[in-house]
Amino acid sequence: MPAKTVSRRKRSLWHRIVRDFIFNKYNYLLLAPALIYYILFHYVPMYGAQIAFRDYYVTKGILGSDWVGLKYFEQFFSSYYFGRLVTNTVLLSGLNILWGFPAPIILALLLNEVRNQVFKKTVQTITYLPHFISLVVACGIIIDFTKQNGLINDIIAFFGGERILFLQSPEWFRPVYIISGIWQEIGWGSIIYLSAIAGISQELYEAAKIDGANRWQETWHITLPGIMETIVILLILRVGKLMSLGYEKVLLLYNETTYLTADIISTYVYRRGIQNAEYSFASAVDLFNSVINMALLLIVNAISKRVQGSSLF
Amino acid sequence: MIQRTKGEKAFGGFNIIFLSLLSICALYPMYYVLMASFSDSGRLMSHSGLLLYPDGFSLQGYKVIIDNANIWTGYGNTLFIVIIGTIISLVVTSMAAYPLSRKSFTLRNFFMLMITFTMMFSGGLIPRFLVVNDVGLYDSIWSLILPVAVNTTNLIIMRTAFAAVPDSLEESAKIDGANDLVTYARIILPLTKATLAVLALYYGVSYWNSWFTASIYLRSRSKFPLQLILREILIANDNVNTDNELMAESIKYAAIIVSTVPILCAYPFLQRYFVKGVMIGAVKG
Repeated sequence: MPAKTVSRRKRSLWHRIVRDFIFNKYNYLLLAPALIYYILFHYVPMYGAQIAFRDYYVTKGILGSDWVGLKYFEQFFSSYYFGRLVTNTVLLSGLNILWGFPAPIILALLLNEVRNQVFKKTVQTITYLPHFISLVVACGIIIDFTKQNGLINDIIAFFGGERILFLQSPEWFRPVYIISGIWQEIGWGSIIYLSAIAGISQELYEAAKIDGANRWQETWHITLPGIMETIVILLILRVGKLMSLGYEKVLLLYNETTYLTADIISTYVYRRGIQNAEYSFASAVDLFNSVINMALLLIVNAISKRVQGSSLF
Repeated sequence: MIQRTKGEKAFGGFNIIFLSLLSICALYPMYYVLMASFSDSGRLMSHSGLLLYPDGFSLQGYKVIIDNANIWTGYGNTLFIVIIGTIISLVVTSMAAYPLSRKSFTLRNFFMLMITFTMMFSGGLIPRFLVVNDVGLYDSIWSLILPVAVNTTNLIIMRTAFAAVPDSLEESAKIDGANDLVTYARIILPLTKATLAVLALYYGVSYWNSWFTASIYLRSRSKFPLQLILREILIANDNVNTDNELMAESIKYAAIIVSTVPILCAYPFLQRYFVKGVMIGAVKG
């Protein structure tokens, strides 16, 4: 009888879950705090993201607020800011990868050519340093150095140049963001490449020397291919995070005069959502960003599977 | 010793010069701030170019900072967040990492999927903000800890470290009658101390640096962490006030030194762990 088998299967599934629960009771106990954290601070907000489709009022609650469908998405897509925000996000992030990604690789290759180990260690330790300065302080230093009578303008003036209002000029925002990013992370980022270089077999270099290769040829034909896998993995990871770049640094460095190039999706969400309390509209913008971000991650993951035969997630 | 060609020697020379310049660029900003913090603020305003020693020695900035109650309450709040937050994060992360590393835990893959999915998709800033408000954490110092208690990358690193402990050790513990709690606390944790140290450092640094969550969840100034106070002093984005400019100028550098020197002093000792952490993170798989 089909009914009976279904009920038996149900019972046995239920039975299995109960047995598993008893068998693994301590495991569930250990997992519980993290599970509560993930549900409360990740999955409940995912459920709450539906306010992007509603006219959300705090007093009415999520389900009590009226369903408005794609109203806020349409409002965003048809607004003047849509094109500007997407362009700014992709450009700032893309240019940051273009310039910021190769920098630590080059540093690692140059450090690898240094024969004096004490000098090498010193350079490494010093270039890690900016990574340990908190973001607020680092941005404070950036603002101080780039202001009109700041150090960088003093140097420009010393060489007869015109003083530049770096952080009040939209065309300078991206260079300041990217170059300061290199200052902050070049040393730290090189660690992983140096360890990859250290993992390359010395026999390869010896064989190359016997064949008469010079240092340049060794770098080009042995060192670089040796760390290529690391480079590809890290590049894929970076590209996957294209839409979620460090907006905290943008918030600290931008101001109304540079919104033209500096305002990105996340900072816009912050201003409209947190500062203006336009919860539904800001959630719609954020949800758009999240969806693009996830699509990008899935694409990148598929590429990574092809390239190196392993999934990143 | 293999003979180096002329070209290689020239390159070696350029390389040393280039790397030295790079090191100067990395180090000089902190040196400048240090020298500026001991300078006379009036003279500093008109000073132009590099600063190799204090311009008109003065401790005025430090005096103002020491009298500034905000800095010290900020310091207190930050220490609370860093110490309590790191402990909570480490405990919750390592507890969760244990079942997730057990092959005998049936729903392991389901929970892993649930956790890693949060790395790909998030409900967004606003829904999260509303949840934090709803659970009554608004304007509470716990809003800086609980909503960021577990970092998924760190959890995966911990899980990988736990999974690398040889099965035979746990099996022999099981035979001796140890349950999962005992195995976790007595066998696994002591064997993964290095990873725990690295994660403690990671969590500690992220709590130390955090300012954004504080800026959206906190209202009372008495609860502000140090970084938020520093933001007011260093980044006068919205309130450009000429009266305060001289005052701000004088305490800015001293504020940076007072808030950064403890980290930089600890840094040579901790660097080893950070470097180890980069490696652990890299092989997370």
